[in-house]
Amino acid sequence: MLYRFLLKIFSSRYILLSLGLFIVGTMSLVAIFAPFIAPFDPTQINVEAILHPPSATHFLGTDNLGRDVFSRLVYGARVSLWVGFVAVGISLVIGILLGLIAGYFGKLVDEVIMRFVDVMLCFPSFFLILAVIAFLEPSLTNIMIVIGLTSWMGVARLVRAETLSLREREFVHAARLGGAGTWRLLLVHILPNAMPPVLVSATLGVAAAILTESALSFLGLGVQPPTPSWGNILMEGKDVMGIAYWLSIFPGLSILITVLGYNLLGESVRDLLDPRLKQN
Amino acid sequence: MNVVKRLIAKILWLGIVLLGITLLSFWIINLAPGSPTDMQTTLSPTAGAEARERLEKIYGLDQPIHIQYMNWVKRVAMLDFGQSLSGDHRPVWDKIKERLPLTLSLNIISLVLILGISIPIGIFSALYQGGWFDRSMTIFVFIGFAMPSFWLALLLMMTFGILWPVFPISGVTSLDFEYLSLWGKVADLARHLTLPVFVFTITGLAGMSRFMRTSMLEVLRQDYILTARAKGLPVRVVVFKHALRNALMPVITILGLSVPTLIGGSVIVESIFSLPGLGQLFYHSVLARDYPLIMGNLVLVSVLTLSGNLLADLCYALADPRIRLGAGR
Repeated sequence: MLYRFLLKIFSSRYILLSLGLFIVGTMSLVAIFAPFIAPFDPTQINVEAILHPPSATHFLGTDNLGRDVFSRLVYGARVSLWVGFVAVGISLVIGILLGLIAGYFGKLVDEVIMRFVDVMLCFPSFFLILAVIAFLEPSLTNIMIVIGLTSWMGVARLVRAETLSLREREFVHAARLGGAGTWRLLLVHILPNAMPPVLVSATLGVAAAILTESALSFLGLGVQPPTPSWGNILMEGKDVMGIAYWLSIFPGLSILITVLGYNLLGESVRDLLDPRLKQN
Repeated sequence: MNVVKRLIAKILWLGIVLLGITLLSFWIINLAPGSPTDMQTTLSPTAGAEARERLEKIYGLDQPIHIQYMNWVKRVAMLDFGQSLSGDHRPVWDKIKERLPLTLSLNIISLVLILGISIPIGIFSALYQGGWFDRSMTIFVFIGFAMPSFWLALLLMMTFGILWPVFPISGVTSLDFEYLSLWGKVADLARHLTLPVFVFTITGLAGMSRFMRTSMLEVLRQDYILTARAKGLPVRVVVFKHALRNALMPVITILGLSVPTLIGGSVIVESIFSLPGLGQLFYHSVLARDYPLIMGNLVLVSVLTLSGNLLADLCYALADPRIRLGAGR
């Protein structure tokens, strides 16, 4: 009975899509309305409530400075989503520009750009990010820039491939004959048609950026305290793991659920866009 | 013949890539504000501008950037990465060398486990597409993709280190390691490495099994599979001989590409479990702004990655008869 029920739920692609949408939507609302949702100030130190377990006043307990963990998680959502969006924004701008140029001009330009992409892909990017962050002083802005600068390669490849096939299409020829300049052709006629797969990859990119940010913050090289971030709450919780499980469980769960949401959304939209999967 | 030619071309190309990588990292690291002499000069009340100049001269930091880079590349070619700027002033190469075996063995053990587990998962998911096994694996993959490796490590430490202390949660050996018998030593090492290897494997498993499934599905759709079935070959032969061999080809390529992720993960895993490997060394060098050590690490990790790439390409060439027998592409 239960088995059939589960089978039915997971057999529908739309269930995964709506689950993804639900998680992404809820998390965005939490981030936007953080001041109205959080019952406490996330940086308010309370020496009388140090390391309290979850209770009626503090849903998810308090940390080693008596700060309310639930409020910190709510504000942490802001940080994570903000980093995710800005980093992906940067990678989209770079990836789209380079992809359009490589795909449209072809020949040597294409060769040089794509070889550069290969070099970047060979690079263990987490090592690069860590090194750069340490030299630049860890700050929210620097993290977003560095993550963006090391994650545009996939987008560039996608846009290039789309551009290669689109540039020979009739409507592009027509636009060119109609007198459209190169940039107009690229940005107005080609780019919008290349967007669907790019948006899917951007959605997955947000998930990846959130994971990277939390790992950096966990290592103490990301968002700096007292600004709450899911990663740095986990870092602070690591030392008191044995006596305060709530500091290690809930922030990780937040990361897991949020990343899962973006991945579900991205993957289901990708499947819906893929004509080959429709027959099955 | 063709394989050799391909190999030479690939090695040349990798050399260029390596040069590009060092150039890129050298440039980026020097763009950043802050100097390794800050600790001893600006931040120290007893040292003045003179001391700063002297130190910069000693470390060659007063030269123009391209000269610094050229000098550095010349020395790197001879495996001389200079001295660490940290307190012990040991040669960078020595520091890296003693930590390399641990990271390499961790990565290789995990890679073998990942392949050994994900390939069968991928095959059976594809064969019984939409069945209960495939569905549960899909859920596992989604969770595996979203699971931060450091959180998984924390959870494991809490469960198996504190709640139910069966595995040690830090270091590679116990305090009494020296006094153990040979088998005792092996068992001790294994106990210490179980959790780290588990974290590595789980994080890599999701992607690889998904990839194997897609690749297998792709192959099963081909006409030659239909032909093989139609001429009466048993399913077992078709799946394991005709389909599997072809489905493994893209896996070889993705294997080469997944090396950077795996090595990047060792920074996190080694820091959490206090394992004295390359990742931990890199983390500490980053915190200490130890330029020579950071650069040495970056180069070494890039070389490892590129070797993985080269190895994957070689395997690909040997496995693909079209390349092996020189029919060209």
